[in-house]
Amino acid sequence: MGDHHHGPAKGLSRWLFTTNHKDIGTMYLWFSFAMFILGGTFAMIIRAELFQPGMQLVEPGFFNQMTTLHGLVMVFGAIMPSFVGLANWLIPMMIGAPDMALPRMNNWSFWILPPGFLMLASTLFMEGGAPAFGWTFYAPLSTTYAAPSVTFFIFSIHVLGVSSIMGSINIIATIMNMRAPGMTYMKMPLFVWTWFITAFLLVAVMPVLAGAVTMMLMDIHFGTSFFSAAGGGDPVLFQHIFWFFGHPEVYIIILPAFGVVSQVIPAFSRKPLFGYASMVYATAAIAILSFVVWAHHMYTVGMPVAGELFFMYATMLIAVPTGVKVFNWVSTMWRGALSFETPMLFSIGFLVLFTIGGFTGLMLSIAPADFQYHDTYFVVAHFHYVMVAGAVFSMTSAVYFWLPKWTGRMYNETMGKVHFWISFVGFNVTFFPQHFVGLAGMPRRVPDYALQFADFNMMSSIGAFVYGASQILFLYNVIATIVAGERVSDEQVWDGAEGLEWTLPTPPPYHTFEVPPQIEASPAHG
Amino acid sequence: MAATEHAPAGYEKYHVPDSSSLAVRATVGLILTVFGAGLLLNDMTFGEAHESGNAKWVLAAGLAFFIYTLASWFRTTIRENMQGMNSAQLNHSYVLGMFWFIFSEVMFFFAFFGTLFYVRQLAGPWLAGEGEGGRMNGLLWPGFEFSWPPTITPQEAVGGTDIQPIANNGAFLTQERSMSFADAHHWYQWLPMWNTIILLSSSFTVHIAHTALLKDQRSKFNLWLGITVALGIIFVGLQAAEYYEAYALYGLTLNSGIYGSTFFMLTGFHGFHVFMGMTMLLIQLLRSVRGHHFTASDHFGFEASSWYWHFVDVVWVFLFLFVYIL
Repeated sequence: MGDHHHGPAKGLSRWLFTTNHKDIGTMYLWFSFAMFILGGTFAMIIRAELFQPGMQLVEPGFFNQMTTLHGLVMVFGAIMPSFVGLANWLIPMMIGAPDMALPRMNNWSFWILPPGFLMLASTLFMEGGAPAFGWTFYAPLSTTYAAPSVTFFIFSIHVLGVSSIMGSINIIATIMNMRAPGMTYMKMPLFVWTWFITAFLLVAVMPVLAGAVTMMLMDIHFGTSFFSAAGGGDPVLFQHIFWFFGHPEVYIIILPAFGVVSQVIPAFSRKPLFGYASMVYATAAIAILSFVVWAHHMYTVGMPVAGELFFMYATMLIAVPTGVKVFNWVSTMWRGALSFETPMLFSIGFLVLFTIGGFTGLMLSIAPADFQYHDTYFVVAHFHYVMVAGAVFSMTSAVYFWLPKWTGRMYNETMGKVHFWISFVGFNVTFFPQHFVGLAGMPRRVPDYALQFADFNMMSSIGAFVYGASQILFLYNVIATIVAGERVSDEQVWDGAEGLEWTLPTPPPYHTFEVPPQIEASPAHG
Repeated sequence: MAATEHAPAGYEKYHVPDSSSLAVRATVGLILTVFGAGLLLNDMTFGEAHESGNAKWVLAAGLAFFIYTLASWFRTTIRENMQGMNSAQLNHSYVLGMFWFIFSEVMFFFAFFGTLFYVRQLAGPWLAGEGEGGRMNGLLWPGFEFSWPPTITPQEAVGGTDIQPIANNGAFLTQERSMSFADAHHWYQWLPMWNTIILLSSSFTVHIAHTALLKDQRSKFNLWLGITVALGIIFVGLQAAEYYEAYALYGLTLNSGIYGSTFFMLTGFHGFHVFMGMTMLLIQLLRSVRGHHFTASDHFGFEASSWYWHFVDVVWVFLFLFVYIL
């Protein structure tokens, strides 16, 4: 079917009609950055309103729309697609495959995302406003008391779910079927492993989310009683279904981040990853445990004590495999020939801050203590430590790490380091004080607060503006690299980097590994 | 980890398709469909469409375009296969894709079965006074007693069925309040039993068809596949008859509290999947009869459809057990 050694098509049709994993990866990455900016704008509005106590800028209803859309856009629009973009770019190159297993479906997975989010964002301009019930959309706020735009919210969740399911089926098929000869499962780079397990989580829980929003739709428009006690249903049922999806979902977000860090830290430590096999098993253990801990999000909802205890102990168990991972990353650096380029800085930032987020998670897992922490800013601080300093820092690390390989141009190292330090300081100034206001009792999702929280909130807001501004530096650095960065021709790029993608030319040609490489048996994973 | 330049033995080139407009066209169809559906639904309350402007045309156009694009997509992949562009490795990608798609469908049904179990085991008994010293019953729904199938909803128990905007617990027309075996008059009039027999038989007939195809017996294959499709059509017809009976004779509707909700959502989504599976098998039958597609060794379109058929069959077994019998 024609000559496959051609380059990309010209113009817009290249991007609309492409079946190339690199093109699709690039589109995912740019789209997710656009969503990161959009979700970040919502966050800036939130922090501006909370800069001082009292009502400052926006109406309470609009504030609720902002917290809702900020969460939805960041989770489903920024973080998840960014890691799918990374998977598209890297998995075929890491396992020696010519492309993803199902390239046309790959393109479809991407292209339904932008209109899906356009539909979600358009709810802002609809009568009654955008969804205002928080990103967890608990019934009956999201059913009985929701604005009419909730229907479009439901359908956009369906569309995003379809995209995620197709994307993850593609990743599973690619990893199971497209590995180069000799690339056994236990030789795969850890980034591939973490995505493999993430894809299983996605295929398992995205349909459950689709079921949840379908029940909402039926309750709203067709008079069913799933989440209405009057008809014999239960609003708490919604929380169970949502968190059966929602807890695996947070591991869907963080596991690929673990994968990135497991590639970056060995490269800049110039040592193989410590405990490769235990990393794989720990990832699998975290994924399996994620299915039996969902109700730790619902300790205060009135569960029987037996339920509270089960979910408390199951949740605490997750600290074990996570501890294995943190131990392995630290041990990888131990006595390594360390150097601190920007990707390494972001990965170490991840390591330190994610561990803090993990510890606050452990605090939250204690059911009796959670009765105090529940729905306070302590929870907000906790999940921003794992979502931002965890997933987003890791993603930023990945962009700096692989950008020279993708583009054949080196980013500005000084600017990268400045970006890291501003981000690191800005992030901590934003979210560390939120632990204190949370423990002191400030509830989340409020546009106004008691005077005693004023100082810490002002600090938070200043930190947020600094962190937000530092992302513009990041965007500038990436564009400047693509347009006018110093050319790199070394295949290796980083002298400590290991893996098949570093054996390809820099930048890699449009089609790579059309003939699969033979992976030779090697004594240890390298 | 070292890579060499030699192509491995037995290597076949993996077919990476050229750029294609299929994905973007499918996107346009899908988005128009959901946008039209959203517009239509926002103009309706409790299932009755009011003035809905052009919404239904947006929905219809989107759906038609979506189905047409999917058909083109499948035609393209069938042609590629018949032109010999698919290596064994690519065919295995399709196998994996279908398998994990069916797994995702299983998880979709899992959400609704989970709902059923939760309502029957936890929510219902609590509403009737179990747990927390019975406070939920005493304070909120005094007089509500739980049974399955329910004989009353909490709102009916306290009176005022018209004040709840969502659970519009319409009154029942007769004493038959459920479709379960316990409420059936005569076993031979009980449609779910006949549907079970029909669907289980159809799993055998599709297997006979598959065996015939493996032995290259074309006419036997067509016959048994045709019987399978016919059984599928009868199943959907009987399901429609059951729904008519529920709505028109029993007054059992989507609005009849949690029993109606779980009953219609579980059987409705299953029925829709039977319809999809039946359509898939019908297309395979037409391909075989009119196009003489499929050989003993190459018939993935049929195989994938038959897996899907077995999947809806297994879901029915669980439905029959947990919705109709227990």
